[in-house]
Amino acid sequence: MNFSEQTTALFDREVAKYPPDQKQSAVMACLTIVQREQGWVSPDSEKAVAEYLGMAPMAVHEVTTFYNMYNQRPLGKYKLNVCTNLPCQLRNASQALSHLETKLGIALGETTADGLFTLQQSECLGACADAPVMLVNDVNMCSFMSNDKLDQLVDGLKALEGKQ
Amino acid sequence: MSAATILSQFAATGVQSCFHGRHLQPQIMADLNGSNWRLKDYEARGGYAALRKILGQDGGPGMTPDQVIAEVKASGLRGRGGAGFPTGLKWSFMPRQFPGQKYLVCNSDEGEPGTAKDRDILTHNPHVVIEGMAIAAYAMGITAGYNYIHGEIFATYQRFEAALQEARDAGLLGSNILGSTFSFNLQVTHGFGAYICGEETALLESLEGKKGQPRFKPPFPASFGLYGKPTTINNTETFAAVPWIIRNSGQAYLEVGKPNNGGTKLFTVSGDVNSPGNFEVPLGTPFAKLLELAGGIRSGRRLKAVIPGGSSMPVLPADIMMATDMDYDSIAKAGSMLGSGAVIVMDDSRCMVKSLLRLSYFYMHESCGQCTPCREGTGWLWRMVHRIEHGQGRQSDLDLLNSVSDNIQGRTICALGDAAAMPVRAMIKHFRVEFEHHITHKTCMVPAYA
Repeated sequence: MNFSEQTTALFDREVAKYPPDQKQSAVMACLTIVQREQGWVSPDSEKAVAEYLGMAPMAVHEVTTFYNMYNQRPLGKYKLNVCTNLPCQLRNASQALSHLETKLGIALGETTADGLFTLQQSECLGACADAPVMLVNDVNMCSFMSNDKLDQLVDGLKALEGKQ
Repeated sequence: MSAATILSQFAATGVQSCFHGRHLQPQIMADLNGSNWRLKDYEARGGYAALRKILGQDGGPGMTPDQVIAEVKASGLRGRGGAGFPTGLKWSFMPRQFPGQKYLVCNSDEGEPGTAKDRDILTHNPHVVIEGMAIAAYAMGITAGYNYIHGEIFATYQRFEAALQEARDAGLLGSNILGSTFSFNLQVTHGFGAYICGEETALLESLEGKKGQPRFKPPFPASFGLYGKPTTINNTETFAAVPWIIRNSGQAYLEVGKPNNGGTKLFTVSGDVNSPGNFEVPLGTPFAKLLELAGGIRSGRRLKAVIPGGSSMPVLPADIMMATDMDYDSIAKAGSMLGSGAVIVMDDSRCMVKSLLRLSYFYMHESCGQCTPCREGTGWLWRMVHRIEHGQGRQSDLDLLNSVSDNIQGRTICALGDAAAMPVRAMIKHFRVEFEHHITHKTCMVPAYA
């Protein structure tokens, strides 16, 4: 696999943060960039990142598999990670999760048939004052997710994708 | 309309968590409104005056590194990440005459369930962290630093990157800062979903591009840290406290709090209160006052229990909490720890078995697998609490839970093992009757909660 010039420019920006003999430090950022562009981190991407940073492919694989947010398989276009840890549980996170299961017609861990949504439970997202919270596609933290707001979000994204 | 536009409607504004006007004597959160995070706003609030002061760029004589460390020692500032170690003392451990590179690291891997304060600091007042880090770097003779931010708060990471660029462009970071001989290069980096990386040596491993498994200590980071070089790691809020101390004196900071517990502290109050949020208050503020700031307990309910310092800390029952002040020593005396200042509030509708079940699952999930007592023990604890919750508990389970906890605590490389064990012991100690009821009657004593 070859990365585009645009992608390697992003890689280089991360590599430049570290001493010249410590390129490996940029591996997490590079894998994050790959995931943003491709939706997941494939074994081929791992090998290519390893080559780019001068690492053993297995060392990259160790990173992908250790950190919870790397997708090790293709997921839906929108990854919905609902925090269910105690502070969110105390503010109806379990209900939020079951509401989404019903609304999307899938169980935890599954992807909708149209490939739009993957529903996951997650550990503490670090936004406990805004519970219940949900992280969409690793970047968008959604706060105070009542059933109404979950409906708005799902319906809005479906309409955007022309599936409604 | 794009997906980003749709999703941005649900982004936090900070109004509920931070701009509620219910801080007491705030230093870090003072005068913030969500749109005044930029350099010019920070400078208008007195920002970077402390950095100018130590460098002698404000017309004054400047301060030596020793004077800066002495001021921080006098302030009584203790680490805001969890352990509460005196910051000035930690800074004095760094070797002064080390010939090679030394590093400064900010631990913004805020993953302790219940804690969401560093996120608001970094989002709404990023320059206070940058200035605090620059002062710390000057005090310890460090020229390179990293801020490692929790991967889940990616928008905050992007905000901090923008703030860094502003500081560089203004000559507040980089070579010969403000025309002095002091140079400090600061970079920001992020995690991607691993609670364990909040442990400082796991964070260093992660910064080196590896899986985040904690290192055996000693050697401590002050002698063998990032890339094997002397390294000091402090929490985000700890750095954020430093500019105020330099501007107003360590003594003034100490007087805001109480002896051995200087300054203000940000508490994230979550759970069964009317207005969850972050509240910056002087250390030593009564818990009852903090509860009032968070709008009190949900209507019609009574306070049952509080985890005062993040999910790893022992739970305390209502009567003890209501008689306790929010500072390191008072909470330790009450039988728990201030930790990261995450106050998880539970009312009388909550089943303690169910609450513990969720926490035990978390520690099992996040154990890095390196040490057998933690890897095997956290799963064992979860399985036992799970069967108790589901009406299949055995009379011997409570003693076994305590025994397994004993065999984890103090027997692992890092504190995650302790963090998994302490909540179990405290829940059984204070709410044993609920666990016994589950085991004997196969049902819950309190109305089940979703």
